Amino acid sequence: MSHFVELDNITLRYGGEDTGTVALEGATLRVARGEFVAVVGPSGCGKSTLMKALSGLWPVNAGTVIVAGREVARPLEIVGMAFQNATLLPWRTTLDNVMLPLEIVQPHRGRLRRHRAEYEARARDLLKLVGLAGFEQKFPWQLSGGMQQRASLCRALIHEPELLILDEPFGALDMFTREELWGVMQDLWMTKRPTVILVTHDLREAVYLADRVHVMSARPGRMVHARTVDLARPRTLEGTYTASFTAITQELREHISHARAAA
Amino acid sequence: MTDTTVARSAASARPAAAPTRKPWLASRRNLERALPWLVVIGLFLVWEVGVRAFSVPQFVLPAPSVIFESMWKWRVPILDNAWQTLFTTAVGFGIAIVFGLVTGVLIGSSSLIYNGLYPVLIGFNSIPKVAVVPILVIWFGIGTVPAIITAFLISFFPILVNVATGIATVEPELRDVLRALGARRRDIILKVGLPRAMPYFFASLKVAITVAFVGSIIAETVASNKGIGHLMMVASSRFDVPLVFAGLLVTALMGVAMYIVANIVERRMTGWATRGMDGGMSAPQG
Ligand SMILES: Nc1ncnc2c1ncn2[C@@H]1O[C@H](COP(=O)(O)OP(=O)(O)OP(=O)(O)O)[C@@H](O)[C@H]1O
Ligand SMILES: [Mg+2]
Repeated sequence: MSHFVELDNITLRYGGEDTGTVALEGATLRVARGEFVAVVGPSGCGKSTLMKALSGLWPVNAGTVIVAGREVARPLEIVGMAFQNATLLPWRTTLDNVMLPLEIVQPHRGRLRRHRAEYEARARDLLKLVGLAGFEQKFPWQLSGGMQQRASLCRALIHEPELLILDEPFGALDMFTREELWGVMQDLWMTKRPTVILVTHDLREAVYLADRVHVMSARPGRMVHARTVDLARPRTLEGTYTASFTAITQELREHISHARAAA
Repeated sequence: MTDTTVARSAASARPAAAPTRKPWLASRRNLERALPWLVVIGLFLVWEVGVRAFSVPQFVLPAPSVIFESMWKWRVPILDNAWQTLFTTAVGFGIAIVFGLVTGVLIGSSSLIYNGLYPVLIGFNSIPKVAVVPILVIWFGIGTVPAIITAFLISFFPILVNVATGIATVEPELRDVLRALGARRRDIILKVGLPRAMPYFFASLKVAITVAFVGSIIAETVASNKGIGHLMMVASSRFDVPLVFAGLLVTALMGVAMYIVANIVERRMTGWATRGMDGGMSAPQG
């Protein structure tokens, strides 16, 4: 059976042969189409690097990266990515930032001029969904860190990508907003069914959202453990305090502390 | 105990009421606005008084009053020649903008072009432009064209370097946002490189416009029959020192006027870079 995403035994090194930093070594990850996968691991273990390799932003030194049946040599249009930092363009308003992918990715690119109103409504809906209604015309520096992150999440979603790569998209948010956005994310995934790969530090978040959680080792990163989360959907916040839920987070916690200790 | 509290609150009440009674100049904003004028007026006053007190001969240093008188007397030829200088400067500067922008983008976005072209440009920029004017005269004859070309040659470099820097220093994170969407090189330059370079570009215009003036006037003094530079040459050959100074003053005025225009354009276009603070210049004091 071939997977939608296949990372096979990849090694990625920043810098030269002997002086560089080996960020990933022998990392393997397989994700089926429509699956929601979370990646957790100690800080600096190479999670963001894994996402860069996966999206084709950074070439791997060894191993193969295959997305949608083709080897990834350069970034793909079917991918939507939210980076660890919001990385909004400072000269664009929030709305224009969210609409940026539409100016690049086909078929939207060709349709944008004539269907501007329709696309703008879509962007406004998304912003409203993450609680940013009324901030469309504000510039990024007029938003708080968490608001910028939410805007960048909208930017990742606007062109309805088949593969969503999210690098700690809720990292800078308070717990209440974060939990609210988990719900939003789950609804979105259940209706549109994109393939999602989510990096997070929050084990509750990982277990709430994902079908499967992968634990990475300390740098150089590779996958050391995978845990299938077979809780029924839609999952609820109350559910995160049940015994079956906490058993899973507890198990993951132990694997991560092992990974940290091994470093 | 209570007494001191009362005394303190009375003391703190005083400064709050004070601003209404402050003279107009005491407000920091107004002072900042008036300061350049005060400095200029002060300078002229000191100059005038100095010249009179030491009875400096007119052909060494004329007093401001004499200069203004001469300015008024020769207003028609001055305006006529100033217009010519303004025209050559504007045309040369316009070409410099286009050329500087295009080559700046090319050099900034390709390390190959950068490595190939940059040393040549540095070398070229080191040539004193006065030395180039005679060559231009041989090619194009005496007149408007050498002045335009000199203005262009002297002013494109700061524009080019700034645009190239702005594009070359785009944060990799911002570039990755576009790359992750499968954007082509051209899209990345258009959507990230150019907007990001705009503050650099507009800042360079302020420098470029003033040196463009210098270029025009150099060419006019060496090889022209029109323009402020030519006027000053003629005046000095007739030992009409007040008129020479009048020419200098007009040049300075045109330079300042152009600078102000460039400054206004800059603020309009790149508000995001100064984060909407009004008066980028006075910002550091908050
Ligand atoms: N552009 C880069 N150049 C050189 N080294 C880098 C670069 N980016 C990351 N690294 C190194 O690679 C290693 C992995 O970094 P990465 O950003 O992938 O970690 P991470 O797992 O995402 O950490 P965190 O959870 O803190 O975000 C780190 O040791 C880091 O120093
Ligand atoms: Mg990271």
